[in-house]
Amino acid sequence: MNIAVCVKQVPDTETKVKLTEDKKAVDESEINFILNPYDEFAVEEALQLKEKYDGEVTVISLGPDRISSAIRSALAMGADKAIHLQVDENPQDPNVVANALAAELKNGGYDLILLGKQAIDDDHTQVPSILGEKLGLPSVTVVIKLNIDGDKVVAEREIDGAHEIVECTLPAIISTQRGLNEPRYASLKGIMRAKKIQIEQKPAQLSDDQLNIIGFEYPPQKNPGKIVGDSADAVPELLRLLHEEAKVI
Amino acid sequence: MYHGTDYYHINSLLSEEERLVQDSVRQFVEEQYLPFVAEYHQKSIFPKEMSLKLGAMGLLGVTVPEEYGGPGLSYTVYGLAMQELERGDSGLRSFASVQGSLVMYPIYKYGSEEQKKYWLPLLAKGEKIGCFGLTEADHGSDPGGMLTRAEKTAEGWLLNGSKMWITNGTLADVAVVWAKTEKGIRGFLVEKERKGFEARVIKGKFSLRASDTAELSFQDCLIPHENQLPGAIGLRAPLSCLNEARYGIAWGAMGAAMACYDEALQYAQSRIQFDKPIAAFQITQLKLVEMLTEITKGQLLNYQLGRMKDAGEARFYHVSMAKRNNVHQALQIARSARSILAANGITDEYQVIRHLLNLESVYTYEGTHDIHTLIIGQEITGISAFR
Repeated sequence: MNIAVCVKQVPDTETKVKLTEDKKAVDESEINFILNPYDEFAVEEALQLKEKYDGEVTVISLGPDRISSAIRSALAMGADKAIHLQVDENPQDPNVVANALAAELKNGGYDLILLGKQAIDDDHTQVPSILGEKLGLPSVTVVIKLNIDGDKVVAEREIDGAHEIVECTLPAIISTQRGLNEPRYASLKGIMRAKKIQIEQKPAQLSDDQLNIIGFEYPPQKNPGKIVGDSADAVPELLRLLHEEAKVI
Repeated sequence: MYHGTDYYHINSLLSEEERLVQDSVRQFVEEQYLPFVAEYHQKSIFPKEMSLKLGAMGLLGVTVPEEYGGPGLSYTVYGLAMQELERGDSGLRSFASVQGSLVMYPIYKYGSEEQKKYWLPLLAKGEKIGCFGLTEADHGSDPGGMLTRAEKTAEGWLLNGSKMWITNGTLADVAVVWAKTEKGIRGFLVEKERKGFEARVIKGKFSLRASDTAELSFQDCLIPHENQLPGAIGLRAPLSCLNEARYGIAWGAMGAAMACYDEALQYAQSRIQFDKPIAAFQITQLKLVEMLTEITKGQLLNYQLGRMKDAGEARFYHVSMAKRNNVHQALQIARSARSILAANGITDEYQVIRHLLNLESVYTYEGTHDIHTLIIGQEITGISAFR
């Protein structure tokens, strides 16, 4: 099975976001970047499918030079090849990202395209669906269970209050959600194997950005919480405060 | 999440691969070990399943070449891995130190081709566990005085004697045992099934509780001639193994120190007394600054020692300095961190007391602090204080 996994490098989940002085962008100078956690599920799923059906796993990522460490992380988990679509800075418009990925994916002859359900930085959650349109392929999003038999795909999606079971045929696009699998750790051997793999570099084919970010604002400061007490005796006081001060009951 | 301590941007001196190893082992310890360590400590067990997990990560015999099942990596990578393991617990790092440096290393360095081909891949995967028997109850710093004997007979080697304070002793499938023969000290591989070989757990420990510590005894224990390590001649052989392990300890101690510093800093910033965080008090700040300074110095020692070891330039007395300094400083840091956490610092809700108690052992094992002082003293003056 020929599998592509699209990954993104994102700030660590515990990053304290700082804005540039003009508030037009996020200050990246002190950010620790990681492989997008939802993409780890995609890489893991690709590796498990490769172990079952044989084949090749290619990691594709779009971004500036700094993303090489995220690509290496995916290779260290066990991917075979990697393509870095180079840009000076990340496009803000998910349509531009999907166009660039589609341009690369369409000639790859991939049976399956996996990617995380969203990137944890801009949270657009749009690329998997747009890719489906651009490539004319079925796109199943937020998948927590995946079964592939021949070219038949049965995917379980997480939807509000229920699970939805979807069938389609390969080639297809699957976006991965927590619960699908347990991503493996990069082993020492895997890390050193990854070191020997040449990452293919090519400029990304960028379409016109139709989204313009005007600025960023910090969320409003929240007042700290208050602990009224830790036994049943505190309930009357809690009720009084909720009624009189918070005015929620 | 824990991001380590790197005040002097030492990470920038590491290669991308070395940083990836550090991050991967860090995450592994965070998710697969730390949530359970208090239980291991309370029950005083080393979780045997960790052996396979460490093996799958490639953390057993890091420097052993790929042809024998190891990842064949540098000493700097080995050091970084030990640092992250000991940030979990000295018991976890001790397991990997013993398996890698004290069992796989002597088999690789002194073993026959058959011994290497059979044991190394199994030990690298963690499917088999090894231990190292040199120290005896009455022969610690002076192992040359050992009483364990190996007598060559027509059927094989006949072992008699006992070994004390043996990490992984009761878990081990194979023991690397050092014994006196007519021709001097030699090394032997003793499988756990051998008749006359027994391992008993040492109880009542306050330190390294999440580690298996045992006494080994050999009573007319007969092993085949081919179980001797052919290349190991004299006391120099086991000492060379200890030198490998001590190198890992120098890094490991800084891992424990970083865990204590990290916890003390967070605690000091959130603990309010007299209406302000205790981090606002000058005495607390002084403690934190001294901890961080010693960690940074220890990291630089390790980094340069690693590069020297990879270049083949590190001698045993260089390793002694890093082991001696870093464990001593880690112990002081753990004590200082414990004092910042005060009463909370004596419970297993936090890490510091466990690290503190562990480091009391690390201070005197693999060459006591004092013996390392005398090794360096001998090197710089040319005069041995102990011989």
